[in-house]
Amino acid sequence: MAYAATAAHDEHEHHPTGIKRWLFSTNHKDIGTMYIVLSMIAALIGGLMSWYIRLELAQPGLQFVEDLQFYNVMVTAHGFLMVFFVVMPAMIGGFGNWFVPLMIGAPDMAFPRMNNISFWLTAAGLVLLICAGFVSGGMGTGWTTYPPLSSAAFHPTPAVDFGILALHVAGAGSILGAINFIVTIFNMRAPGMTLHRMPLFVWSILVTAFLLLLALPVLAGALTMLLTDRNFGTHFYEVAGGGDPVLWQHLFWFFGHPEVYIIILPAFGIVSQLVSTFSKKPIFGYLGMAYAMIAIGFVGFIVWAHHMYTSGIGVNARAYFTVATLIIAVPTGIKIFSWLATMWGGSIEFKAPMLYAIGFIWLFVLGGVTGVALANAGIDSSFHDTYYVVAHFHYVMAIAAIFAMFGGYYYWIGKMSGRQYSEPLAKVQFWVFFVGVNVLFFPQHFLGLAGMPRRIPDYPDVYAGWNMVSSIGALITMIGTLMFFYIVLSTLRSGSSAAANPWGEGATTLEWSVPSPAPFHTHEEMPVINAGSVHHAPHGQMKPAE
Amino acid sequence: MASTIGRLGFFVWGVLLASVAGGHHAWAQNQGHGQAVPWQLNFQPAFSPVMERVNDFHNFLLIVQLLIVLVVLGILGYVIFRFNAKANPVPSKTSHNTMLEVVWTAVPIIILVIIAIPSLKLLYFADHAPDYEMTLKVTGKQWYWTYAYPDHGDFEFDSLPVEASELKPGQPRLLTVDNRVVLPVDTTIQVLVSSDDVIHDWAVPSLGLKKDATPGRTNETWVRITAEGTYYGMCSELCGVNHYYMPIQIEAVSKERFGEWVKEAQAEFAGTTPPQEHQVAKAIASAR
Repeated sequence: MAYAATAAHDEHEHHPTGIKRWLFSTNHKDIGTMYIVLSMIAALIGGLMSWYIRLELAQPGLQFVEDLQFYNVMVTAHGFLMVFFVVMPAMIGGFGNWFVPLMIGAPDMAFPRMNNISFWLTAAGLVLLICAGFVSGGMGTGWTTYPPLSSAAFHPTPAVDFGILALHVAGAGSILGAINFIVTIFNMRAPGMTLHRMPLFVWSILVTAFLLLLALPVLAGALTMLLTDRNFGTHFYEVAGGGDPVLWQHLFWFFGHPEVYIIILPAFGIVSQLVSTFSKKPIFGYLGMAYAMIAIGFVGFIVWAHHMYTSGIGVNARAYFTVATLIIAVPTGIKIFSWLATMWGGSIEFKAPMLYAIGFIWLFVLGGVTGVALANAGIDSSFHDTYYVVAHFHYVMAIAAIFAMFGGYYYWIGKMSGRQYSEPLAKVQFWVFFVGVNVLFFPQHFLGLAGMPRRIPDYPDVYAGWNMVSSIGALITMIGTLMFFYIVLSTLRSGSSAAANPWGEGATTLEWSVPSPAPFHTHEEMPVINAGSVHHAPHGQMKPAE
Repeated sequence: MASTIGRLGFFVWGVLLASVAGGHHAWAQNQGHGQAVPWQLNFQPAFSPVMERVNDFHNFLLIVQLLIVLVVLGILGYVIFRFNAKANPVPSKTSHNTMLEVVWTAVPIIILVIIAIPSLKLLYFADHAPDYEMTLKVTGKQWYWTYAYPDHGDFEFDSLPVEASELKPGQPRLLTVDNRVVLPVDTTIQVLVSSDDVIHDWAVPSLGLKKDATPGRTNETWVRITAEGTYYGMCSELCGVNHYYMPIQIEAVSKERFGEWVKEAQAEFAGTTPPQEHQVAKAIASAR
């Protein structure tokens, strides 16, 4: 193909190496790769912390914890790492950077140098966060960082300040990244790639970018107030000076609830690509799927106080937040049913990415129905701060996002590295991981219903049984995770070389029309999307121009 | 109607999960016992009107949750079985069905309305009671609770956890305190919750109680305990290193016994009541 030859030729001329290629990178693929590597490093650290927590909780009594503050630091850092430095970098920075430009036929991101600074700010944030965990006593506030526990009176060391700066820096990186995605998607689509023909993964990143842009500045404001309360004598959250700690809760959750959609929307996007590809069918109800994501993003901003039902907010406010929260079930239901309808009538190939997509649907449905229960302020008094909540959000958000990441990784690794993973190994890895996370998190529903609070290193003896089961699940999950890292390394070292399109007729998006690995500079000429009828092929039959 | 649904919900729960939690309901009728049991699957048995309604509503929700899960995962299973590449080598190209999309938008809305109505009724019922017969003041501190009885001479006392080594047989670890909160049964009690330092949360699962103790605020909740007995709870908001170790233990007694206890408590805790105010009063007096 002439197209590939020109690309390969050009690669020699503009292909920096070493420090110039990575530290100063302005290439969306290299930056995407760096985000994915950063996410894997953070996942190992955050995963080790969660295994420590589960080991401690395997039996009643204090097994390993000598310093109880250290346990709280582990709980806190696990949350921060997984949210800000595993899921967000992998999904948005990693897959988003790699595949948004490829899928819309753009040569790169709109602001390549801003892309570079976004990544390095995130990396700096990771270093600061690790400092927050290990500097003088560490930050043992929970990821919610509620004052007064996070105030200078109760966390006097600089650990919390490190945490605040970590989130500030990583947040600034995410805001810049969000601007980059919005401009790229609005301005740099190839001719013919209308908004309503964009792959759903691109839609998911677009909606996510808007959520980031609107939610993160609120977190930044709240964090700045906490920083000045701690260091410069202000009293935003200080009762003695006329402040109110509940102000922090409102601001934190005004950011925090959209944040969970920031995590799960790109997962929706990836799962949509996977389901469509491996069912060999266009997405069912494409427009409904795209607008459901917009609806979820919008409603996500007006439900924040369902995290605060026991904080003493008024009964009418709780009634409003109950109803608003229940509404989220409608667009998420549309997404679930549309995935099922996409598979209906399809010719489904159960490759590892598809197994992960189906696993995602399983997790999301189970986590979704517990969400419908938690939405009700009337019975939240029995759920709040128990392991029921822990089970819920790990099912619906955390593990579901990890499933989408694993699925996306297997789906795209051939395109990213030029080497294909081992299908049998990946399938075994899926089943180990799937069994592990369910044994790990399902019993936590029972613990929560029975009244076991979260964030405790020891518990009354009656909770011993399910805690042991849960910890055994953590062990299985650990084996599954280590298998994944083994597959990553063995694929890169000795994987078979990947075809431009290893998935066949179902893979219709533009990234499968370029060689594997995708050339350093994707398009020498602007591709033209000659879609068939939008009604029958929403993703378009996309080919680069001859 | 509600209780029929509740029973049905409990039945479904029991059949599907071979409930071991059901066992303790039988002996829970006469003597209250607000504690979980090993391998428990569902809520602790209810000993307040709020928790009874929470239980009923949750049993109703369980049916809805199970139906949704069964329908969705049933379809998923059928699709996997019927439309795999071997069973269906040629995929269809269907990507639209307006009627279907309207249905799967409208049906969830109807289900949510059915959930929302009893949910909001429960919310307003649990928020406050029309008349309170007495008030209990709860103050969270790192890491113990202070209780005050403003309607009974305003005595107050601290309630600290009992070390594991000092527990008597039958006293549960991490749940037993030195001074229990003694409350009368069949009495509508207003509970005012606040904190002296960081945010804590005063929670007793079997009574449906959970309220943040926030410095600078006084949060209100209420309880009417339906049976004599002991009810346990734990702090439910991360409050520092000993968060796991600030238990709540309520002893519900007859009204007569409560009257006797108040007299004893007034005598016992009089000297310490309330220490800070005494010192302030002394300081003011000496300044004059």
